Amino acid sequence: MPLEPFSKLTSRTLVLAQENIDTDQIIPARFLTTTSREGLGKAAFYDWRYDENGRPKNSSLFNGVDPATHQILVGGPNFGCGSSREHAPWALLDFGFRVVISSDIADIFKSNSLKNGLLPVSVDEQTHRQLLAAPGALVTVDLEAERVSIDGAGETAFRIEPFARRCLLDGVDPLGRLLSQMPAIEEYEARHG
Amino acid sequence: MKPQSLFDKLWSRHIVAYETDEAPAVIYIDLHLIHEVTSPQAFAVLEERELKVRRPDRTFATLDHSTPTLPAASDGRRPFTTKEAEEQVAALIRNCDRHGVDLLRLGDPRRGIVHVIGPELGLTQPGKTIVCGDSHTSTHGAFGALAFGIGTTEVGHVLATQSLLQRKPKSMRVNFSGAVPRGVGAKDMALAFIAEIGADGGQGYAIEFAGEAIEALSIEGRMTLCNMSIEAGARVGIVAPDEKTFAWLEGRDFSPKGADWDRAVADWKGLATDEGAQFDRDLNIDVSNLKPMITFGVSPDAAAPVDGVAPDARTEIERLAAEYMRFTAGERFADASVDRVFIGSCTNSRLEDLRAAAEVMRGRKVKRGVVTLVVPGSEAVKRAAEAEGLDRIFIEAGAQWREPGCSMCIAMNGDKGTPGDLVVSTSNRNFVGRQGKDVRTVLASPATAAASAIEGKIADPRPYLQETDDAA
Ligand code: SF4
Repeated sequence: MPLEPFSKLTSRTLVLAQENIDTDQIIPARFLTTTSREGLGKAAFYDWRYDENGRPKNSSLFNGVDPATHQILVGGPNFGCGSSREHAPWALLDFGFRVVISSDIADIFKSNSLKNGLLPVSVDEQTHRQLLAAPGALVTVDLEAERVSIDGAGETAFRIEPFARRCLLDGVDPLGRLLSQMPAIEEYEARHG
Repeated sequence: MKPQSLFDKLWSRHIVAYETDEAPAVIYIDLHLIHEVTSPQAFAVLEERELKVRRPDRTFATLDHSTPTLPAASDGRRPFTTKEAEEQVAALIRNCDRHGVDLLRLGDPRRGIVHVIGPELGLTQPGKTIVCGDSHTSTHGAFGALAFGIGTTEVGHVLATQSLLQRKPKSMRVNFSGAVPRGVGAKDMALAFIAEIGADGGQGYAIEFAGEAIEALSIEGRMTLCNMSIEAGARVGIVAPDEKTFAWLEGRDFSPKGADWDRAVADWKGLATDEGAQFDRDLNIDVSNLKPMITFGVSPDAAAPVDGVAPDARTEIERLAAEYMRFTAGERFADASVDRVFIGSCTNSRLEDLRAAAEVMRGRKVKRGVVTLVVPGSEAVKRAAEAEGLDRIFIEAGAQWREPGCSMCIAMNGDKGTPGDLVVSTSNRNFVGRQGKDVRTVLASPATAAASAIEGKIADPRPYLQETDDAA
């Protein structure tokens, strides 16, 4: 599966300030019985967006948000904790997000996101506070330069694991790297049985 | 040679290609466990790319997440909650058949929750790397294996290459000193630990649990503790293998036999952390005064002693959590009415857990109206519990005795609470809606869950055990 390349994005933010937004919130377990990875955007944050009768909630922060113009999700600390379900980044991508920003992003979610072209950006706490306080801000995320800027003002550096960054910039599937290691894998197996 | 930790040894033994600035290490995977929910898309990618499962002999599958826990109808059909759930199970059966992967089907006497059956069958062994598309794979670390959860893309990587691209995490040692009091166990230790370091405190770390309280823990208890590592944000939780580990594994289906066994044990004995090994973080938790713990919020780190009161909310987020859970500051937990009790999940569904719950329930009745589900972790646990008569104790108390599976831990098989319910649960996550829409989850040990079923309120199990002790 080739990755959709990512280099630079300018978009508005949707802010979900709560800490510990777990993958059960991002996509509830009842949507996991699918055998496909397509079309999960409708399930993204389902219980935040809809009431028990499937009607949009008035209180939802998603109301009036156009996914086409709000491709950056800003979450509270420890975003993406909990279950390893890759359905979480699949759902966010299908909804329209390309970037998730938080002060810290849970390991498995981060790894899953990078493998699907959703960029998980961890920023320092001050920048994080600034972003949380400015829902809808116009933010530019530059993966080549590893820098994020808010409304053209302050700029901050972030870091993405170099291999994952390369794969995202070039739109390359990391499986290729593993397949290219096959001789070393075979040699390992020969040594260890 | 530089002193090495258990984790260092496990890591270095499995390096196929070293980590560089540009690329992560290639790590060899000894055992890949799969289940119905996180594997279909991985098999699909494999087929798109015309790849095969590289090592079907190192791959092992079970059905657990969306499988019903109610018995089959007279025509043999299982009461799946949705067509999709049934189709997902059928997809795993097809994929395993096509790729020659062993699968424990419904009706197989060895079937159960993936993290319960791995150890039970002796597939889980010290020194192995074990992965599964499930974050609680850390459970297998209780045996001194390097075990962690992965996403579906990585499931595909392991299917295709038996390897993964990984950066070496930092290391943390958590020393548990002292001896736990009666009525307090591994689940309470886990909740106390998570409350101490926070739900993200272990992020980026591989944690080794050590110290006298860990040595004193049973293998089941060590599994409970390692299982919960991920709730502190750590993908890996490990305990050094010892005589208890070896005794537990000896003679199991996939354990080495004869001379191989002796060789294996000799090797496993060398895995323990060397004297003087360095950790990036060291932490000590004294458990001598530990009490049974429960959670009162919507993140596992919101944990407190069961005999306490709901704390003041310090932040807006805590206020929202308290509102969802309907705990008012200063309210005694013991005054909170319970609607349901769930005893099960890969955290607490093994024989020892069921014994602990049965000890409290024996000869007593579940409070009228409290729906209580006891769900053994595997067919083997179910048989063993029935052989001891534990099922009778639960049924006579008024609880339901179910077929093995994940059940209300993830609530995707139809077992769930109704909106507003307060559920005391032995599982691992109290997230909003995890056990059903608007369901409030209180995490606890099996003994605490059982006591809560009896009282119909969040309850301290210690008085019940005291009665048993006095009677003895
Ligand atoms: S019991 Fe719960 S945590 Fe364990 S494998 Fe099943 S769903 Fe995951």
